[in-house]
Amino acid sequence: MNNAEKREQILGRLYTAQKYGSDAHVPEQKRWEIPVYSREQRIAEFTERMTAVRTEVFQAKGNEWVDALHALVTERGQKTLLHAPETELGKALADHWPKESNCELVTWEGDIEAFKEDLFACDAALTSCMGGIAESAALILWPTPQEPRLMSIVPPLHVVVLKADEIHTSFQDAIEALGWAENIPTNALLISGPSKTADIELILQFGVHGPTDLVVYVVD
Amino acid sequence: MENEFNFAQNVADALSDSQLRANFRFATDTLITRRSTVFASPDETLHLRQVGSAMKKSVLTRLPHLLEQFEARCLENGIHVHWAETAQDANETILNILDSHSATKVVKGKSMASEEIHLNAFLEDQGKEVVETDFGEFIIQLAGEPPSHIIVPAVHKNRKQIARVLADHVEGMDYTEDVDVMLAKVRKVLRDHFKTADVGISGVNFGVAETGTLCLVENEGNGRMCTTVPPVHIALMGIEKIVENVADIPAIYRLLCGSATGQRITTYFNMISGPRKEDEQDGPKEVHLVLLDNGRSRILGDPQLGDVLKCIRCGTCLNHCPVFTRIGGHAYGSTYPGPIGTILMPQLESLETKGVLATASSLCDACSEACPVMIPIPGIIRRMRDESYGNHDDPWLPGHGFKKSALESLIWRGWRWSQNCPALNRLMLKFLGKFGNAIPKVGPLKIWTRYRAKPKFGKRSLKDLVKKEGVRRE
Repeated sequence: MNNAEKREQILGRLYTAQKYGSDAHVPEQKRWEIPVYSREQRIAEFTERMTAVRTEVFQAKGNEWVDALHALVTERGQKTLLHAPETELGKALADHWPKESNCELVTWEGDIEAFKEDLFACDAALTSCMGGIAESAALILWPTPQEPRLMSIVPPLHVVVLKADEIHTSFQDAIEALGWAENIPTNALLISGPSKTADIELILQFGVHGPTDLVVYVVD
Repeated sequence: MENEFNFAQNVADALSDSQLRANFRFATDTLITRRSTVFASPDETLHLRQVGSAMKKSVLTRLPHLLEQFEARCLENGIHVHWAETAQDANETILNILDSHSATKVVKGKSMASEEIHLNAFLEDQGKEVVETDFGEFIIQLAGEPPSHIIVPAVHKNRKQIARVLADHVEGMDYTEDVDVMLAKVRKVLRDHFKTADVGISGVNFGVAETGTLCLVENEGNGRMCTTVPPVHIALMGIEKIVENVADIPAIYRLLCGSATGQRITTYFNMISGPRKEDEQDGPKEVHLVLLDNGRSRILGDPQLGDVLKCIRCGTCLNHCPVFTRIGGHAYGSTYPGPIGTILMPQLESLETKGVLATASSLCDACSEACPVMIPIPGIIRRMRDESYGNHDDPWLPGHGFKKSALESLIWRGWRWSQNCPALNRLMLKFLGKFGNAIPKVGPLKIWTRYRAKPKFGKRSLKDLVKKEGVRRE
């Protein structure tokens, strides 16, 4: 049987022989709604809940985050920081990054097949994001050609700059505000903390396959 | 090669393994506590479960339409869509995709559907290298065991047992009980696999019909690696995993995380809507979706049994089940253990092979009280039992009536007469009052009285006493 025939068989069975739901009551669809928080509440809850999943959240004004980030990687010893110089964020980083630094700014070159070895050697990566979610503590990332998907999963330290105004109350709100269904990108992500596992005796351990550390600068 | 499935023996073995029982008791207690932190408010939780239940029911009711919509959107997004009637179909489809890319090495994210079709064994027989990359799955793959829990597959092993497996099977790894060292080493080993794999295989938690999007829920990041680093991604999805709209996701996602691990959200929620676009730098060049039926469309041919397909594989019914907690997942000898396995496995296979699972239930209802999509599990377990004995008017389960026995039917028919016919009833009561206590402990009564006291019959029946003394109302 080829693919089309199997498809016909499965769908045919469902169209002609399905009894489930035909005689039964289908309950009225309810919605899960969460009242909208104030701006202060959103920032506070986002910070609190992200911190609870071992994310380091810092507040910053304007471009202050660049110096703060430089101090952070200097102290922790990251030697390379992957960034996207074509983006506004990447430009701000490159413009304010000290000339004399132990941490070198790296750029993604070519496609993943060409860049794979270099990518897996990077110590850190900086990306922007589409916003945050307060109620469930998440960053929303829609990777782009400038900021590919793997920037947020391969390097051990992932740094994200988030605009305070773009923190949504809930996932529901974010879906509506971003027109998620209409504008859906090739890949969309929610990220809540560094990668983790509880496969050994249910003890939470951070840094399994993805980043071991996640740093967020909330910029006002 | 494989031993015959003997449930009673498995249960006896599991019960006599105190380490195993301790590991499971600890795990299920912990998971129940964690769940209760997310679902702290009973009213809100009930509301959310009603949302989830109605959503899944509505999807199943319109499944063929939504599947067509989902397929059309996926195709528009550049995803190749394959349909698989059976496990064999799905395995062969996946093998063909691998062969068309001359692929020899596969990295896999955790997928219960792939366990259901025994994909690893099939591909390995064909000479492919298959690497499970979820930490728990990696351990049990090394140990040569199937998962013992839907969510935490290696939960039957404690830290020392895991350390032993790693030391025995991972090159250059010494025995250590330091979890950080274990993880760091495994991370390094698996990163090499991600880099060099030809194909990544994953499951799908939700397929969004509105947009043709594959949603993957995970904490470790291995799923994102498997679906992004290799040049080809194959996703295997049961046809019931559809959600209609993007706006439906928050509720069902919260129900899944909260029920499975007691999280409000997992570390990663990965929504894939197609392969790498021309201007993009990473992501798979090809995405293949394999839609697995394997008995599901048949299940929907029955008005009651279709409820089992609302399942989102959160595993919380396992944690809440007094039977699972004591015997663990392996005793069930099935891909899906616990209450959900009890009502799903006999439908996927047959009552003859798996109907026995329905005997391991006290019908206590803990599973359906916890179920995020409100599947009436005990009701379906009773259906399994009824059909096993051929006691259902519209039998639908494969192997129905396999336990039917002429003697047993006769006894129950006799019992019915004794309750319907007053003269016969009087006769029975008189007989039991005189001779009931003299019935010897043989046959079924011998088995019954192994762990229970033999019933004692009074000289006079309750009916007689009531007639004589009346009823005192206090």
